[in-house]
Amino acid sequence: MAVTFPFSAIVGQEEMKRALIIAAVDPTIGGVLIFGDRGTGKSTAVRALANLLPPIRTVEGCSYNCDPGKTAALCPACKAKLALGPDAAHIREIAAPVVDLPLGATEDRVAGALDIERALVHSEKAFEPGLLARANRGFLYIDEVNLLEDHLVDLLLDVAASGENVIEREGLSIRHAARFVLIGSGNPEEGELRPQLLDRFGLSVDVTTPQDIGQRVEAVKRREAFDRDPDGFIAGNTAADGLIRDRIVAARARLPVIAVPDSIREAVAGLCVSLGTDGLRGEMTLLRAAKALAAFDGDDSVSNDHIRAIAPAALRHRLRRNPLDDSGSGIRVERAMTELMAS
Amino acid sequence: MTQALQPPDPWLDACRAVALVSVDPAGLGGLLVRSPAGEVRAALLVRLRRGFLSAGEAKPPLVQIAADVSAAQLLGGLDLDRTLALGRPVASRGALARANGGLLTLAMAERMSGATAALIAAALDSGETVTERDGFSERAPARFGIAALDEGIAADERPPAAIRERLAIHLDLTALSHRDMGEVAAVDIGAARARLAYGVIPDGVIESLCAAAAMLGVSSGRAPLLAVRAACASAALDGRNIVSSEDVTFAARMVLGPRATRLPPSAQPADEAPPPPEEREDDNPSPEQNAEGEVKALDDVVLAAAAAAIPPDLLRLFQENGQRAHRAQDSGKSGDSKKRGLRGRPIGSRRGDLRGNGRLDLLETLRSAAPWQKLRRRQAPARDAIQVRREDIRLKRFKDRQASTTIFVVDASGSTAMDRLGEAKGAVEMLLADCYVRRDEVALIAFRGTGADLLLPATRSLARARRSLAALPGGGGTPLASGLAAAERLADEVRRKGRTPTLVIITDGRANVARDGMGGRERAQSEANDAASSIRAHHLKAILVDNSPRPEPKARGIAERMGATYLPLPIVNASILSDAVRAHHAKPAAGAPR
Repeated sequence: MAVTFPFSAIVGQEEMKRALIIAAVDPTIGGVLIFGDRGTGKSTAVRALANLLPPIRTVEGCSYNCDPGKTAALCPACKAKLALGPDAAHIREIAAPVVDLPLGATEDRVAGALDIERALVHSEKAFEPGLLARANRGFLYIDEVNLLEDHLVDLLLDVAASGENVIEREGLSIRHAARFVLIGSGNPEEGELRPQLLDRFGLSVDVTTPQDIGQRVEAVKRREAFDRDPDGFIAGNTAADGLIRDRIVAARARLPVIAVPDSIREAVAGLCVSLGTDGLRGEMTLLRAAKALAAFDGDDSVSNDHIRAIAPAALRHRLRRNPLDDSGSGIRVERAMTELMAS
Repeated sequence: MTQALQPPDPWLDACRAVALVSVDPAGLGGLLVRSPAGEVRAALLVRLRRGFLSAGEAKPPLVQIAADVSAAQLLGGLDLDRTLALGRPVASRGALARANGGLLTLAMAERMSGATAALIAAALDSGETVTERDGFSERAPARFGIAALDEGIAADERPPAAIRERLAIHLDLTALSHRDMGEVAAVDIGAARARLAYGVIPDGVIESLCAAAAMLGVSSGRAPLLAVRAACASAALDGRNIVSSEDVTFAARMVLGPRATRLPPSAQPADEAPPPPEEREDDNPSPEQNAEGEVKALDDVVLAAAAAAIPPDLLRLFQENGQRAHRAQDSGKSGDSKKRGLRGRPIGSRRGDLRGNGRLDLLETLRSAAPWQKLRRRQAPARDAIQVRREDIRLKRFKDRQASTTIFVVDASGSTAMDRLGEAKGAVEMLLADCYVRRDEVALIAFRGTGADLLLPATRSLARARRSLAALPGGGGTPLASGLAAAERLADEVRRKGRTPTLVIITDGRANVARDGMGGRERAQSEANDAASSIRAHHLKAILVDNSPRPEPKARGIAERMGATYLPLPIVNASILSDAVRAHHAKPAAGAPR
């Protein structure tokens, strides 16, 4: 694994960082889409996030990262192992997986397929798990998501909706859990994203190049320092990264007890109505994201500030598009919020 | 000081830039050379290769790939020959992994697709390739420098933005001939590489480069970083450990100048040529002012150096438009058409029969044969090879792009211009909205006043369409001939990229400006008729939408000459127009062979 630039050393891009952290606090939010200019640190931020995720407990040797605490969702191999008794399976902590779905990946490697080597050489029928299995309970990252081939997009939509990967091919019939946080990034100049896939993402952020010279200089300086001495640079940021990780862990624990006042629910509903977002998904995502943000900030309940901070990311990709409106969707969300929350 | 006032020698610059790339290939990404194939480019590439070969003891790999390289060739995958010979899957190494530690040359990079570019860009960013293909899952180091050869001629024939963005050095050698190539001594690349790690960047250098980037409208965060690295490589090349102002100005000229999207706010555009370069004596690296003044001076020098390298065509655009010029960003697509169903994007495989002209998907075929091997060996023990039967055969499926490009040619003249433009804009937007599904592109040409403008080069991107449409002007005379000629040119370009152009012309057909920009109804009309005949001669599909209050015989005449469908629509309605275009796609072109 190549060394990654530390998350805490990324200059600016607060909305993108916030969205990624929220997705780490509450994986059920539905992932993050990062759209923006080239050279704004999109993939850097996602790869850096991998180092912030708390480790997960899993059965040693399991290809699907099974959670030993959830007996109902175990894969057959783990079920058999754990049934033999507590000592039959080694439980260990591993780093939460952040799996890259590289462009050009073929369907068999994404979904998993018959292990061809074992089939040809040993005449055994064995399943070779793919990237979706590896990403279970972690993150799946697709850079240049708008260039992803259509049949892979269909596959991902299926799996993301059901949390389960079903393989029916070559005489194999296998289903395994595949719950992951989908992170996509791309450049709008390369083309639009299919609406079905767009809707799948919980949060969507637009990143732009900082206009502030000071920030740009700082970003170049840090990157230069990192290239010169990666290990030293990472060591200098370990503490700051650790702090964020601790806050994510604490926020996950606090998430169930974060209160959502009725006034906030009404405000959120009002906001979604005034923006004309389709369906309830926007509303639910916004509330969830605001809760996760409150938990990360160490607050007990969701406030207007949390909503204000996260509403553009939760709603901008759910607005009816008016192609001739030059102002971005994020600005429309902010305008609506200012009107509603002026009091 | 006459020397300092001379523009920099482009050949010397190019040679030095090439040396920088050999010194720090992974840091700089590489170089982009826009030039037709010829002596100058060949000589430069020889220097580049020599630089790589002379740098270390081990011979670095020199890998060349074509624009239509497949993902399998780039990333590796199943090695067919050895897999069949050995009876077990064997992986082949992709071009990206093979180029590790060396130089990767992209031939005809202007024809490379965005998807291919994204694969290369991912390797440039991470220094490794990740392959998840054909049952293999591998990571391999892939740190290399790139020489992207751009033989594009038209403004929008350029390598994909993802590649351009990541290559530090952009050279344009189009104007150079072999007479401009002076003797340039070879340099010791190995020593410079060793020195690179010890380079010191004085205070103010990064600030100057970032400031210059911002002033020139270079928005990417990568550009200043690449410029800093280029300055370091330049210092190392000259055997210095401290980056000097010369290094910085050279980096600004090579990295920032060609990326400029606007002129610096204070500078006035020069006449034809680029403005004279550094008017200060920047070859005097230690101004005797105080520290603050020194930084200020460096800022100015760097900006002036970068501004001097702004491409002349861009300068002209700045002058004409007085605003940000949108340079086309589209990439060339692979061109030669093959049989239907055998080209396009692979979309998995299906059971099939090899007697048709399908393409065998060997891996899937082996996979489907695999479970039965034990059984079949029992049935036919004489054969010990893999037993593949007809029912195992799997064929690759491809989705033909059905790629079409709709070129809107809009009459933006006169008083009704704003209404017509509004309608045309609406139609373009509507077509664009489903273009993701149909993989269509749209382009927009408007004609008014004295000529025609390409307002929106062929694109599928809503983001770009929105920007271009917002700036669509109206008013003036009707240079119909110029509009038709521009449309034909664009249609030709589109065709060369392997796509099918369709023209949608919205006009009342009453031409009153000739191609040279002069008024005169008669000449304008006869030129328009000629242009229309020429479109027919090129077998272009066309629709002419007549938006005059009642059907105009002149418009009908033009449509007939063009072999176009004539559609009188006094009130152009975006959805009717959009439906008409969709219906029209199915029809063959007038007089076309098929």
